[in-house]
Amino acid sequence: MRKFLATLLTAAVSTGALAGGASAQDAVKIGMLQGFTGPTESLVKPMALGGEMAIKEVSDSGIFLGGREVVSVRGDSTCIDAAAATAAATRLVTSEGVVGINGATCSGATTAVLNNVVRANGVVMISPSATSPALSTIEDDGYFFRTAPSDARQGQIIADILQRREIGTAALTYTNNDYGKGLADAIQAAFEKNGGTITAVAAHEDGKADYSAEVGTLAAAGGEVLIVAGYLDQGGKGMIQASLDTGAFDKFVLPDGMVGESLTDNFGDALDGSIGTNPGTDSPGADMLAKLSEGKDFKGDDPYVPECYDASALLLLAMQAANSTDPSVYKDKIMEVSNAPGEKIFPGELKKGLQILADGGDIDYVGGTALEMIEPGESAGSFRETEIKGGKWETVMYH
Amino acid sequence: MEDIVNALALFANYVAVPATAYGAQLALGALGVTLIFGILRFANFAHGEMMSFGTMATILVTWGLQDAGIGLGPFPTALLALPVGILAAITMALVVDRTVFRFYRRQRSNPIVFAIVSVGVMFLLAGLVRIIIGPDDQSFADGARFVINAREFKELTGLEEGIAIKQTQIITVVVAGAVVAALFWFLQKTRSGKAMRAYSDDEDLALLSGISPERVVAICWIIAAALAAIAGTLYGLDKTYKPFIFLQILLPIFAATILGGIGQPVGAILGAFIVAFSEVMVTYAFRKFLAYLGPQDWAPDGLVQLLSTDYKFAVSFIILVVVLLIRPTGIIRGKVIV
Repeated sequence: MRKFLATLLTAAVSTGALAGGASAQDAVKIGMLQGFTGPTESLVKPMALGGEMAIKEVSDSGIFLGGREVVSVRGDSTCIDAAAATAAATRLVTSEGVVGINGATCSGATTAVLNNVVRANGVVMISPSATSPALSTIEDDGYFFRTAPSDARQGQIIADILQRREIGTAALTYTNNDYGKGLADAIQAAFEKNGGTITAVAAHEDGKADYSAEVGTLAAAGGEVLIVAGYLDQGGKGMIQASLDTGAFDKFVLPDGMVGESLTDNFGDALDGSIGTNPGTDSPGADMLAKLSEGKDFKGDDPYVPECYDASALLLLAMQAANSTDPSVYKDKIMEVSNAPGEKIFPGELKKGLQILADGGDIDYVGGTALEMIEPGESAGSFRETEIKGGKWETVMYH
Repeated sequence: MEDIVNALALFANYVAVPATAYGAQLALGALGVTLIFGILRFANFAHGEMMSFGTMATILVTWGLQDAGIGLGPFPTALLALPVGILAAITMALVVDRTVFRFYRRQRSNPIVFAIVSVGVMFLLAGLVRIIIGPDDQSFADGARFVINAREFKELTGLEEGIAIKQTQIITVVVAGAVVAALFWFLQKTRSGKAMRAYSDDEDLALLSGISPERVVAICWIIAAALAAIAGTLYGLDKTYKPFIFLQILLPIFAATILGGIGQPVGAILGAFIVAFSEVMVTYAFRKFLAYLGPQDWAPDGLVQLLSTDYKFAVSFIILVVVLLIRPTGIIRGKVIV
């Protein structure tokens, strides 16, 4: 009976303490708001585990805000259901009391949560995988960040590569969905700003057998290269096949959705001279993450896993730097801990980073993605430029 | 003068060559649909999936042959595997007829009931194909890809525009020609062919003359399934094999059948080429073509394209609607779907 009373008393005290402000004894809660169901479910499983690995690393360090524990609370943002994402985020913030959100996975869900929950409640959210250019200009009151680069960035990179290689005219085709359209718009805007000419733009539908009509249109307009913003095992491959068959184009510019071994396996050296770009870095971060995840049921270098690890790490490092879990205070520290100057921090070195921050020092969080944050709070993104030579992708340089 | 030749080469490369191959593929499909309609008197919606099924069987055998190292040199291995694909399609067609269509034939069901039943068969076959080979893209073409490619053509002729002719396009046209010739010989000259035409003309009179209806029906399925397997394999070789597209290809095939005159084999071939050329020409951008023909250094500002390529399938729909409104019997007076 006495024990029961004691428990009751402790509970009452801690509840009181929570109402009055964060107590040193409570676990800090981070929301893991990802698309666990829906179109991204296979992508999200390792992502969430990667994000939680960073949380555990900080929690186990024993030096986070004077030794506080950190736990992850999961919420399902789905990918396409804005209402479900909003409901899940509201639960995390109002009933679970999370102080930061790692999420959401898709751009649509992220926008909904940002407008309805994040700004309304003043909680920091870092998305590991929302890449829509629209999120760069959205009003966020300084509470929203992302560790993935905007698709607009890739458009700029491609435009710069074409300028460097003195390619002045290009035809452009994109897969007819939000990703393809957004990326194509970004490429066209950046390329034309650099003084290039897009001769024609034609959408292609995935899942057709024959793309000779689409290629015929583009060929009529001409262009030195064909930019294919599509998928390598879908219509993008069909567009290349039809271009090669009719001799319309023999050099291609291939953004991230088109870069993969299956393309070169299929076409061999017919694509020699074509240029590819995809997120990539020569930083050792991703490999270190892959090693950390060994034996943990996921792979540290799977798509968006490093981004998700980095999102969790950034939230917690910023709290340590601000010495507070109050979102309105630590939100201003996120850019600071992620960029130079300071000691470089790689995956698995979060304890070292926390210690430096506790001692009042500076860190430059590199993480799994060679993270460099630019205004308005998104990853600059590292891209790998490749060229197909002798039927193989060869790295040219990193941007 | 050279400009005119260049314009013609351009036209041949982007319109004439692909549309001819496409027309031949459609013709084989439309012949199957029109035969079934002539003999069994219903629109067989399962024909597209029968093409898919036959092609799938051909692909599986092709893979086996490729693994065993058996090939045809410069020709695609699939040609060697095609007979097995045809047999598989025929077997499937006869099994479906025995288990499904015969029941309704004995009930003397309405043609519309048959058409609906064939939709059911279509879904069944579609499911079966996806279970066996999966919904993904499969490539099975091997051998030499081009008879002449655009670059070689340009070097050979010194023209600015090249004409690329793929081996599969030649094979498509040659095989389709041979198959059509054989079919017409069969229908015109053999006893069974004559029996089929008699049955198609007047079922009761044919019965009175001692023609066995079950035999005619069986022969009809055998021919239709063989045509389907050949058409699907040629289409897959020339383009790509993907189960989903056989639902889409049903529309141009039906448009071709109705345009040519339902139940009329010659009409089916005519209709197929008209549909194929319309689809390609209506969506082709004539900018460069006109630039060659016009005065020097002149080019139209726009792409000179009647319809965006997004609306390619609309062409078949438009042809279908116009034919049904203006001449429901088709070019060569065929039956009218009622």
